[in-house]
Amino acid sequence: MKALRRFMDNIKPHFEEGGKLGAFKSVYDGFDTFLFVPDAVTKKGAHIRDAIDLKRTMSVVVLALVPALLFGIYNTGYQHFLSLGQEVTFWEIVSHGLIKVLPLVIVSYAVGLGIEFAVAQMRKHEINEGFLVSGMLIPLIVPVDTPLWMVAVATAFAVIIGKEIFGGTGMNIWNPALITRAFLFFAYPSKMSGDYVWISGLSSGEGVVDGFSGATPLANAAAGLTEKLPSVSDMFFGFIPGSIGETSTLAILIGAVLLIATGIASWKIMLSTVLGGLTMGLIFNAFAVNSFMEMSAINHLMLGGFAFGAVFMATDPVSGSQTETGKWIYGFLIGMFAILIRVFNPAYPEGMMLAILLMNTFAPLIDHYVLQSNIRRRMKRVKVNA
Amino acid sequence: MSQIINIKKGLDIRLKGKSDVVLSRPSMADSYAIKPTDFHGVTPKLSVNIGDKVKAGAPLFFDKNNPKVLFTSPVSGEVVDVVRGERRKILEVIVKADSEVEYQNFDITKGNFSAEEIKELMLISGLWPSVIQRPYGIIANAEDSPRDIFVSCFDSAPLATDIDFMVKDEVESFTAGVKALQKLTSGKVHFGLNADYQKDSLFTKIDGVELHYFRGMHPAGNVGTQIHKVNPISKGDIVWTIAPQHIIMLGRLLTKGIYDASQIISLGGSEVKKTGYFKVISGASISNLVDKNVNNENELRYISGNVLTGQQISKDGFLGYYSNSINVIPEGRHFEFIGWALPGLKKFSMSKTFFSWMTPKKEYSLDTNLNGGDRAFVMSGQYEKVVPMDIYPVHLLKAILAEDIDKMEQLGIYEIIEEDFALCEFVCTSKIDVQHIVRQGLDLMVKELG
Repeated sequence: MKALRRFMDNIKPHFEEGGKLGAFKSVYDGFDTFLFVPDAVTKKGAHIRDAIDLKRTMSVVVLALVPALLFGIYNTGYQHFLSLGQEVTFWEIVSHGLIKVLPLVIVSYAVGLGIEFAVAQMRKHEINEGFLVSGMLIPLIVPVDTPLWMVAVATAFAVIIGKEIFGGTGMNIWNPALITRAFLFFAYPSKMSGDYVWISGLSSGEGVVDGFSGATPLANAAAGLTEKLPSVSDMFFGFIPGSIGETSTLAILIGAVLLIATGIASWKIMLSTVLGGLTMGLIFNAFAVNSFMEMSAINHLMLGGFAFGAVFMATDPVSGSQTETGKWIYGFLIGMFAILIRVFNPAYPEGMMLAILLMNTFAPLIDHYVLQSNIRRRMKRVKVNA
Repeated sequence: MSQIINIKKGLDIRLKGKSDVVLSRPSMADSYAIKPTDFHGVTPKLSVNIGDKVKAGAPLFFDKNNPKVLFTSPVSGEVVDVVRGERRKILEVIVKADSEVEYQNFDITKGNFSAEEIKELMLISGLWPSVIQRPYGIIANAEDSPRDIFVSCFDSAPLATDIDFMVKDEVESFTAGVKALQKLTSGKVHFGLNADYQKDSLFTKIDGVELHYFRGMHPAGNVGTQIHKVNPISKGDIVWTIAPQHIIMLGRLLTKGIYDASQIISLGGSEVKKTGYFKVISGASISNLVDKNVNNENELRYISGNVLTGQQISKDGFLGYYSNSINVIPEGRHFEFIGWALPGLKKFSMSKTFFSWMTPKKEYSLDTNLNGGDRAFVMSGQYEKVVPMDIYPVHLLKAILAEDIDKMEQLGIYEIIEEDFALCEFVCTSKIDVQHIVRQGLDLMVKELG
């Protein structure tokens, strides 16, 4: 490692301002700090610091996404060959999945990180690690047949309009990955919904075995076809059509356990989102007038992007509520709105994306009221004393 | 025993090198210094020149804005140097000590002093700066009469100093000091005690003080935490705080008529070979304590005070006015290959992202590496876990950064000083200089509201 360190030190002068490669200073810094935790020491304040940094934090989240990614790769292949009615080996399934999913991951990272590097260079600050997570989230929340150029355009939109114009990681109002999805959803609705986009090959008209429908269970349920719902175990393990990473509740739960155990994501938001979803589901059950409203509240949690959103999207510390009390309210409302939009909006069956974006918007307001109650307690004390 | 106040939020940082509770009396250091930088908001004006002879208790400089507050020499000797920094800012006034301390005598023949007389004696002897005012954490204004006076009688910071041990042989001076303090406030003198320490410490035997027992993690021993739990500071309140070692000095002043700044300090940290407690005089050069007593292989950081809030000094630097400990830890000027991705069994973190969480009792030798780069606020809920006050730290810090005085006031700036947020700085993922921001906010408040 010493040789590598020497090499990095040797090429460093070229990347300083005025050096041959001065325009790539942020890129150099990015790689340098990726390879080596820097030798910077504390200058003021506390002399010792916690070992955690943003790289560690973000890499834990990416690690938590890995089960969903792996399952997504498998399920992509599995659904593909299911639609063709072919019996194939495990490795054929996986390799088909890899061929479909990896390009999405690569495009998302390449476009997003490219913009991040450029902006960091422009602003002369270090590269923020936030996109390491966004870049992994984006491929997991799109349908598998989304054209790569669309993913590229949407990612660029999300990083620039959704994040960098506000000042970069830590300053954004909405979750950048969800901005990507919302952009795709409203700009190219035909590629983001319907019965043909969820399974690779279906939209290009490859032969489909008789009686096979590519509709997601959620779309079926919204159409009143609740009798077509797959078995609970299929929904839980994820052998259903849907966006790449969202189908397996089990894989998402494994990620959730890691996030909660390490203390990276707020268990309060996850729990309250689930509670909010359950509550709304039960309310609908009580006043059910159609079969979708009658659907078990538990099923709601396993369908569509609910679980994925609750674990990986709602918990984004930047765009979510930042006070501990606020987190309970924020999560609960996300759960409620997600189910509400799902059931009552005829245009599209998935409510999680919009529910989270809506609550991202209102998170500062929730925090404001939580803070106001703190301020009132403090001011009351002054009056009592006076 | 009265009710125990449990501190449920906070963090105990387990470091190697806790001081052995053994007292040594090292030979006297050859030089001593008073550092104007120890005192917030003071503009020093020298009252001596290099070459002047001074006695212990004779003024070295005073505060230009408040000329009654004198800063005096802790020993007798010759002023040998005035160290200046940028823009000729005075950093240290150094006195080379005589072999035996000769004290300036203050008139105490009258006895039974009034509050005004006590303040007067403290001001001219150089002991007044030991009284800290909340809000703002600055030297108290002698014209005020504080609501209460708070004394924290235990230390909970990493490598905590045993304060019971430091005071146990000073019963008489300490008692006299507390008696004087009681005259300075219209309210009460409050002691914050650790519920788990020995029940018959000196602190429990003093008449007329309110005892409050605390249990829990750091910052349970911070006086700011204790005030907040007992009777928080609201707008308009003034509360004073003073450290036990200064109460002892106050007692000596009033009973002997001299400024005897000797105190017991702890020497600790992972790089110290033989830790322990030492009887020294405030402002002493630390060189004879650490010379040949530290591991020399690595670059070291010497800290006057604890590792969270102390000041960095050189190996022949001086004990700070407010410090009761010296800690020596390794500097962290090294690169670590993909350090952020390693399991991290030797790394300490509040989060459980390093596998060191599996060894909850292990003690660590932490160095001064920042362990990351500066970022914007990203994580939420992190600071809240280590601040046991009804305060929203991140929002208060943002109000300070925005210089929004109304918001700062509403969000509780009167209740905190730097040390109360020191743990936030420690745990911060984004490596934000929290204590520095807090001081900026306090300075702004002093400037705008006075």
